[in-house]
Amino acid sequence: MSGYLSAQLSILCLNIIIAYAIFLPAATGQLNLGAGGFAIIGGYVGGYLNSSFDGLGWAMSVSIPVAALITAIIAFALSFPILRTRGVYMVLATFAFAEVVAGIVLNLEVVGGAAGFPVDGHADLKILAPITIAVIVFCWFLLSTRFGLAMRSVHDDENVATLFGINVRWIRVAAFTLGGLLGGLYGALYGHQYNYIEVQNWNVLFNIYVLLYVLLGGTQTPFGPLVGALFFTVVPELLRALGESLNSELIADGRFALFGILIVLMMVFRPEGIVTRTLLERLSGRKTQEAVT
Amino acid sequence: MSQSLLELQSVSKSFGGLRVINDVSFAVEKGSRTALIGPNGAGKTTLFNLISGVYDLDAGSISIDGMDISHMPAHKRCRFGLSRSFQNIRLMPHLSTVENVMLGQHSRSSLPGQLFPIGIGRNRSVREAEDALQSAGLNTYPGQIVADLPYGVQKRIEVVRALMAKPKLLLLDEPAAGLNATETDALLDLLTQISATGVTLLVVEHDMHFVSRLCQDVVVLNFGEKIFHGTPQSAQQEPAVLEAYLGTDHVA
Ligand SMILES: Nc1ncnc2c1ncn2[C@@H]1O[C@H](COP(=O)(O)OP(=O)(O)O)[C@@H](O)[C@H]1O
Ligand SMILES: [Mg+2]
Repeated sequence: MSGYLSAQLSILCLNIIIAYAIFLPAATGQLNLGAGGFAIIGGYVGGYLNSSFDGLGWAMSVSIPVAALITAIIAFALSFPILRTRGVYMVLATFAFAEVVAGIVLNLEVVGGAAGFPVDGHADLKILAPITIAVIVFCWFLLSTRFGLAMRSVHDDENVATLFGINVRWIRVAAFTLGGLLGGLYGALYGHQYNYIEVQNWNVLFNIYVLLYVLLGGTQTPFGPLVGALFFTVVPELLRALGESLNSELIADGRFALFGILIVLMMVFRPEGIVTRTLLERLSGRKTQEAVT
Repeated sequence: MSQSLLELQSVSKSFGGLRVINDVSFAVEKGSRTALIGPNGAGKTTLFNLISGVYDLDAGSISIDGMDISHMPAHKRCRFGLSRSFQNIRLMPHLSTVENVMLGQHSRSSLPGQLFPIGIGRNRSVREAEDALQSAGLNTYPGQIVADLPYGVQKRIEVVRALMAKPKLLLLDEPAAGLNATETDALLDLLTQISATGVTLLVVEHDMHFVSRLCQDVVVLNFGEKIFHGTPQSAQQEPAVLEAYLGTDHVA
């Protein structure tokens, strides 16, 4: 496998994992603009556990899961104040969380502050790919359970969900916490893939992109994050390749503008995301008319 | 001597100084079919919201099967035999028809049970939901999107969903509103069939003809106060009831 391809596939794997981290709360109707907060915690905890202590750090097989777990615990604790907020206020609260985490780590000398932090253990595609597949399978499974049905019900109408016995708060907390777990996992894997992390990797733009690709993929089915991550990983590369092969500076330089226009168009034409329930029904070839009263 | 399943005692509720439910007391007998009627804005939906826990009571108490549920969180009340449908259709737009019905099973599931897949293949929960739809005269295919179905069908799906919770008491808020004659007959059949299994029905309905076909008991609300409780026949002769409806043609 060429270096280019495996590098791109690694990015795709990481993007898929962080997409599911944001998808889980989004599937219950919560907009989380704090992906970077989870990523920073997971990245730095994982990197620190693996690479500090004068070479006596923990193996990746321990540092990565522990980093994910610690991120999940922090997400759980934070979910209570954050989930008191709704709609745009929740977006702001999660965003503020990410900013606070970034601010703290930037001033944390033990992990290098603004200079960044080198991570020893290297996680290549052979490690990333199976973990990514496991994450996909886990999220698909979760969405197929009664718990998943409850998540989707809370998304659609929390009052009705409550009246049918669903503890809405618990569903929200669980989804947010599991999102934290996956976000921490993403951060730790990222650190071990690039062997160097800095807070700037997970800036405002990152938070926006992740939420955007989850919304663009669609939050109604577990296909959504997969499609969103694929779109955001592949399309900019395709545009770059197109610009190179056409020798067009307009496309090469303006590809992000082009990409932006594409996103706007998608949002206009598919406001509920690329993959929706209705789309899947259409694709599966069953006709609505078959329905008998 | 029959026992009461639902008991309201001096229930009151205000919204911003406006008293919407004023000192309402009545009991619904086990296994009965009771109508809750009254002009628009009388407080019928609000009373349902108080019983199901959407709103907290200001005063009074509500009990079901002898158990005081006045201060029980809404999501727990379902487990004590309470289930309902809504005046305006409140099916989940992004869930399939079968999934909507399966939502009604939630209160009967255990925490570990919630982590078993139900969305893959035709397992017990799916079959139960499909059977319930079928015996209500609704044939759907897996993955059927609710929004594509006619209004009258959606109304009946709401009833089936509520039924999935295996309630002792079913609260139905204007289930026949907006239905044509055929759909109304189908609904009456369904409700009679449900009642025959021992489920107690409390139904908000405007159409007195529908009420007298289905119910043996009528509670009349007006401006948040109970003004009558008796049979449909006597309700139509009661001056207070006629006066409440005066100028409207609701009372046949
Ligand atoms: N959440 C609420 N806030 C304020 N007023 C309300 C609320 N719910 C109902 N009301 C008022 O209570 C009164 C009774 O409404 P409702 O119970 O819907 O009547 P009905 O179902 O009998 O037509 C109306 O005047 C309505 O405006
Ligand atoms: Mg009403």
